[in-house]
Amino acid sequence: MSDSTSNVAFVRTEQIPPSAPPMAASGPVKWVKDNLFSGVFNTILTLVAFYVVARFAVFVFPWFYNGVWDAASRKECLEILDGVNGACFAVLVDRWDHLVFGFKYPPEGYWRIILSVVLLLVAAAPALFSSLPRKLLFFTAFYPFLAFWLVWGGSLWLPLTILGLIIATLLIFRLISSEISVDVRKLVAGAIGVICGAGLAYLLFIGAQELVFIANSVGTEGLVSTVAYGVFWIMAIFAYVFCIPMGIFVGYAIFNSFEDGGLVSIVASLLFAYLAFSFLLAPIWMALNAVAPIELPAVASRDMGGFMLNMLLGTICVSLSIPLGILLALGRQSPMPLIKGVCVVFIEFIRGVPLITLLFVANVMLAYFLPPESNFDLILRVIIMITLFSAAYIAEVIRGGLAALPKGQYEAADSLGLDYAQATRLIILPQALKISIPGIVNVAVGLFKDTTLVSIISMFDLVGMIRGPIQNSTEWTSVYWEVYGFGALLFFVVCYSISQYSQWLERQLNTSHH
Amino acid sequence: MNQQSQMTVSDEVAIEITNMNKWYGTFHVLRDIDLTVQRGERIVICGPSGSGKSTLIRCINALEEHQKGKIEVDGTVLSSDLKNIDKIRSEVGMCFQHFNLFPHLTILENCTLAPIWVRKTPKKEAEEIAMHFLEKVKIPDQANKYPGQLSGGQQQRVAIARSLCMKPRIMLFDEPTSALDPEMIKEVLDTMIELAEEGMTMLCVTHEMGFARQVANRVIFMDAGQIVEQNEPEEFFNNPKSERTQLFLSQILGH
Repeated sequence: MSDSTSNVAFVRTEQIPPSAPPMAASGPVKWVKDNLFSGVFNTILTLVAFYVVARFAVFVFPWFYNGVWDAASRKECLEILDGVNGACFAVLVDRWDHLVFGFKYPPEGYWRIILSVVLLLVAAAPALFSSLPRKLLFFTAFYPFLAFWLVWGGSLWLPLTILGLIIATLLIFRLISSEISVDVRKLVAGAIGVICGAGLAYLLFIGAQELVFIANSVGTEGLVSTVAYGVFWIMAIFAYVFCIPMGIFVGYAIFNSFEDGGLVSIVASLLFAYLAFSFLLAPIWMALNAVAPIELPAVASRDMGGFMLNMLLGTICVSLSIPLGILLALGRQSPMPLIKGVCVVFIEFIRGVPLITLLFVANVMLAYFLPPESNFDLILRVIIMITLFSAAYIAEVIRGGLAALPKGQYEAADSLGLDYAQATRLIILPQALKISIPGIVNVAVGLFKDTTLVSIISMFDLVGMIRGPIQNSTEWTSVYWEVYGFGALLFFVVCYSISQYSQWLERQLNTSHH
Repeated sequence: MNQQSQMTVSDEVAIEITNMNKWYGTFHVLRDIDLTVQRGERIVICGPSGSGKSTLIRCINALEEHQKGKIEVDGTVLSSDLKNIDKIRSEVGMCFQHFNLFPHLTILENCTLAPIWVRKTPKKEAEEIAMHFLEKVKIPDQANKYPGQLSGGQQQRVAIARSLCMKPRIMLFDEPTSALDPEMIKEVLDTMIELAEEGMTMLCVTHEMGFARQVANRVIFMDAGQIVEQNEPEEFFNNPKSERTQLFLSQILGH
């Protein structure tokens, strides 16, 4: 001991070889002891838990085991069971079609739904698993149009024409933004600028006339009316005064963008899309259908129901709300106050309102705002509302992901000369979305379950089906556990799969390897 | 020091900064900066923290906006026009203190990204260029790993290679060795020295005074947002004129 203090010099002459870690005591006994009986308190908890599980199992297993699968009504079930504890699964057999497809979808069309679900799996695969060949994404892009035709029926030419017009719009965008020379684009920008400027001026002029009309019909009787009259007149005067300057300003702004082509190509393709969908869509698909009719019997939206309706709403709304949410999140980070403001107001408004309110708006209120002759599909209205609702939430989740990225990533992208679109697409979003996966999946699962809320606005989804036609029928009037348990099982299978997929995806995208 | 004679400085102006001022809110970070950099010059900028040296080089590629004065890079005047900014950025490479590699891309993808998307180089050619520069910084065998699997020194060398893949005419270094362990500093400095010997125009914010003596042809000392003193390295270190510089040098070279 005393020697070592006087001799501090030490030189290692040989390396200590690496050795295996000490044998951890393992095996089932060790596991049980560690996890179940590691102390007095835990032992008591284990015993109590065993007791509860056993009591539950003693009741539930016979209930499943004795279950009656073949009966025409609950009364018959009870007669077969004859006082024994058992479930009446016969309701599932009897009403299987209603639970899955709803009670109005024509049975001879069930194959269409089944086929579109199978194709959905094929279409989703390349989007979900990046190891699959990228060419399959073409089918993914085509799938919505095919599925629309399969589920709703009608002429195949309608979705195909819509697809064609969308492709034409994208081609026009590409043509104007990058294919044509600056001189030609200058001419195009001039033409588009004149059209848009004149159109805007005309709209403002019409608006001003409307405002004058409203002001006059409000009149000047009483204080409130007088104030409203004044306000409407001021707005009208503004509109009158600024209609031509605004038209010139906007038209010139569009013309002025001819050099890099960003604004003019967006405006031109939007203009084309508007005109094409208003005037070309109907004649084209009707003409094509007259030449080569490819039709399935049409099914109205109000005839959709059962779990199919939940799947329909869930799939469409999730796949629409993620891109919309990304745009909103990026918009909220924009340095441009107008874009930022619109996004903030939209997100905060939607997040402040319960989904059920939005669904009532979709169901009832929209009818007041839309022109009386417009026939706006109920499912479409519901899809829009649910999509907007979940997009607002997804936007906030993604904003969190964007905020979590170190500022250095933006700076590195900038310093390499990437422009905003490239930096966002190649550097920022891949990382921000990866961080946001748990949150996005959380919203997606919540949204999928929230689709059952449509039962409140008298749509017959799975829950609506159970609460309505099944439980109100004389045969199955007081069957609860079997049908709701079945509904819960269906939702659990889908939601659990989504959750497992997201965890797998997170592991795939983990590149830190620490 | 004997390398200095081999490294040539041409008469061509690479960067010209005239009367440049910058404020953060009401705080005046850069004051009346005048600086002309000839092509091929190797400039080391030093100074106490908060003196504005990082801000100065970040203004050159518009990562920071200046409010007054003029910055001209390779004949292009830096304005708020995004086109000009992107053009300058693709000609000016930059290395950061914390490397800022893209963690979701492999080393090779980090290096090919900008050439492919900004320069529109075909992928194959971009990969060849990337491998060339990865060999130059001596880590071609790491090309298919992710940044998270590399050491700090390796990451900084990748960051240098990534900038070089854009074939920049000017390189900016913002404290490239400050976040590194002492053992790794040398490998990064060696890479930078090699770059300097090839005649790259370099502006380097660093406290590595040995590096400054060896490769710089000019050392700039900044304090409180102003250029206090600039001189050739020998003169600067052996015979500093201003009191502030003397104090600074005595503090960093004192032990």
